[in-house]
Amino acid sequence: MSVFCEVPQAAPVAVFKLTQDFNNDQFPNKVNLGVGAYRTDEGKPWVLPVVKKVEKIIVHDDRLNHEYLPILGLPEFRSSASKIALGEDSPAIQANRVGAVQCLGGTGALKMGAEFLRRFYNGNNNTKTPVYVSAPTWENHNAVFANAGFEDVRPYKYWDAERRGLDLAGFLGDLESCPERSIFVLHACAHNPTGTDPTQEQWKMIAEVMMRRKLFVFFDSAYQGFASGSLDKDAWAVRYFVSVGFEMFCAQSFSKNFGLYNERVGNLTIVARDGDNLKRVLSQMEKIVRTTWSNPPTQGARIVAITLNSPELFAEWKDNVKTMADRVLLMRAQLKAKLQSLGTPGTWNHITEQIGMFSFTGLNPKQVEYMVKEKHIYLMASGRINMCGVTSRNIDYVAESIHETVTRVQ
Amino acid sequence: MSIFSDVPQAPPVAVFKLTADFREDSHPQKVNLGVGAYRTDDCQPWVLPVVKKVERLIVEDSSLNHEYLPILGLPEFRSASSKVALGEDSPAIKDNRVGGVQALGGTGALRIGAEFLRRWYNGVNNTATPVYVSAPTWENHNAVFADAGFKDIRPYHYWDAANRGLDLAGLLDDLEKAPEHSIFVLHACAHNPTGTDPNQEQWKKIAEVMKRRNLFVFFDSAYQGFASGSLEKDAWAIRYFVSEGFELLVAQSFSKNFGLYNERVGNLTVVAKDNDNLTRILSQMEKIVRTTWSNPPSQGARIVSKTLNSPELFDEWKSNVKTMADRVLLMRDQLKSKLQALGTPGTWDHITQQIGMFSFTGLNPKQVEFMIKEKHVYLMASGRINMCGITTKNIDYVAQSIHETVTSIQ
Repeated sequence: MSVFCEVPQAAPVAVFKLTQDFNNDQFPNKVNLGVGAYRTDEGKPWVLPVVKKVEKIIVHDDRLNHEYLPILGLPEFRSSASKIALGEDSPAIQANRVGAVQCLGGTGALKMGAEFLRRFYNGNNNTKTPVYVSAPTWENHNAVFANAGFEDVRPYKYWDAERRGLDLAGFLGDLESCPERSIFVLHACAHNPTGTDPTQEQWKMIAEVMMRRKLFVFFDSAYQGFASGSLDKDAWAVRYFVSVGFEMFCAQSFSKNFGLYNERVGNLTIVARDGDNLKRVLSQMEKIVRTTWSNPPTQGARIVAITLNSPELFAEWKDNVKTMADRVLLMRAQLKAKLQSLGTPGTWNHITEQIGMFSFTGLNPKQVEYMVKEKHIYLMASGRINMCGVTSRNIDYVAESIHETVTRVQ
Repeated sequence: MSIFSDVPQAPPVAVFKLTADFREDSHPQKVNLGVGAYRTDDCQPWVLPVVKKVERLIVEDSSLNHEYLPILGLPEFRSASSKVALGEDSPAIKDNRVGGVQALGGTGALRIGAEFLRRWYNGVNNTATPVYVSAPTWENHNAVFADAGFKDIRPYHYWDAANRGLDLAGLLDDLEKAPEHSIFVLHACAHNPTGTDPNQEQWKKIAEVMKRRNLFVFFDSAYQGFASGSLEKDAWAIRYFVSEGFELLVAQSFSKNFGLYNERVGNLTVVAKDNDNLTRILSQMEKIVRTTWSNPPSQGARIVSKTLNSPELFDEWKSNVKTMADRVLLMRDQLKSKLQALGTPGTWDHITQQIGMFSFTGLNPKQVEFMIKEKHVYLMASGRINMCGITTKNIDYVAQSIHETVTSIQ
């Protein structure tokens, strides 16, 4: 008899199950529009040329060794990563009130931030502080905060399915009516899964309510540079909130914009009132890191740090990022054009209005099932598609499939 | 006013504070016998030649990319790692009842194992199950299990200070008296910090009680190969327990034996009753990993996997490991001889009887303080020294310092 005989089988993570099903599918024209990773126009993963270059530099640098990093990570990575988010000339950085924790991708940064907040925010070990995540949001947000100990994770209104846009009134309404000091997880840009971001004016309204009602700002920034092609443009919201005086967290991922998915490169940027508060916060972050992974992995952080800290490599990287962003923009433009020329029922402007990797097509669950089963086009049950999965070779098939689906299935 | 104004300053992790103090010390003969990392006879970190070779292979391999690893990690790493622990011909592996979770070093493996046990062992979410750690043990064990949610972490008798050896009677007594189903963290070999392991007969006695009393076996294996120079010898205890039919967890670290400290290479080996139980366990492990780091970092696992899976590289690695183990054995031998030649009061056999990286000198806190402040020889307050910090250049100074300390201070 096993001591584990009562352990139930857990359901697989949906997005990985989707890829598994895709891999098992023999259909010659199958398309994977599921998991969020960049693909070239040949439908292949892309190791950024600048990454390849820096990996070679690293392997030939005999001054480097494999000694433990500090608990909070590689110093030159942490500072350059925070500068990317807040800007080279950030007054907060100059005021020495910005710190960082190198983490395991965006997930690790969210986890560390969540664990800290559960222990130290809004009282001691206050597991009852409400944590608000957008409706819908990345499927893992809820579980990260729940597993950090928060007992009350709730949705805030975000996506207006009818109008296929931001439900600003609902969002602001939730900000006005939630308990003071609630934590809000905001997507810095390229909202996952809707691709719909607040405009600058809308961000200002959101910030005003959050400041007035003492709500905690926790940005999730996984697509900086990738969304519009411009690092600064994509960081506008984060920088605006800093400029109006919020203390806040920003979980940064370099998985997408460096294509370093499997090296787990992330950074939790912390903006505090002053250096003294920052210092105490970081000391507690060390304790949390120490019991989770002790100290972070080096390879990815070295690649990013070397790149960000060299003017030439930095310029080359921005160029690689623009390559990815531009291909996505091209596919958006072409997909919309094709659907319009096919006369596919409905409006398709949202495909070009939404930004980043994902598009929230508006396909309903039945239609999604049809796409997957009949057309062998794999997308999330929510109707989310990864634009990176669309290529010049498959775009006609994808457009025709959407057309067929929308006309046959309601 | 900051929302963080009540966050207290956390004390630094002792072993890193020691190294920080060492760095600031300008004494020309200072010696760092603190943190557990291998040093060459020139007192330098050592990147294993086989690691350097494999890193070059990886960077030249254009078939590799940076796509996300599966949640449980690189498959060829997981299986090769479990084979290293359990043996190439392990019947349990042949029975398909052994699995692995690639984790962030030994810490990450312990943490994922602890999180799993807290959720699913001895009932559902039973935070009251006692967890026993040796007295003394690695300073982070207690906190890892506490942060995983366990409320009752207790010491088990281990080190007999008076006799400078294993307190077997005390250990066995704790095993007899522990509540049934208690979890015991056992050091697979090269006990940290005492360097004192049970011999085979003693392990058999320990196993007998643990089986009879339904205690849970959680091995921490951070020094396999490093302790005696032989992978098999260092894994004897683990393999014995598996052969006795225990379901157990083994947290493996490749930080020391591969010198890959900063790439965070670890593996949680799971030995279950059968494949059905294993499958359900691993599915729950995935859920825990997903909310902690999503999926693990690639670089270190690739290096280890390539090495373990190639006969030539595997041999080269074993040779590199033996180089490290042999240097430590040499320093042990020479330190004991020098202390004996100096006529230093006390017996010093324990220096060569203890195995692995560390020696529990028996120096008391006052003596440790003298060593640091007066002799600028840095060691842990417990009297633990890292033998790797000793070299042919500093061994005389270290021996003389111990001599002076023991004769001046009681």
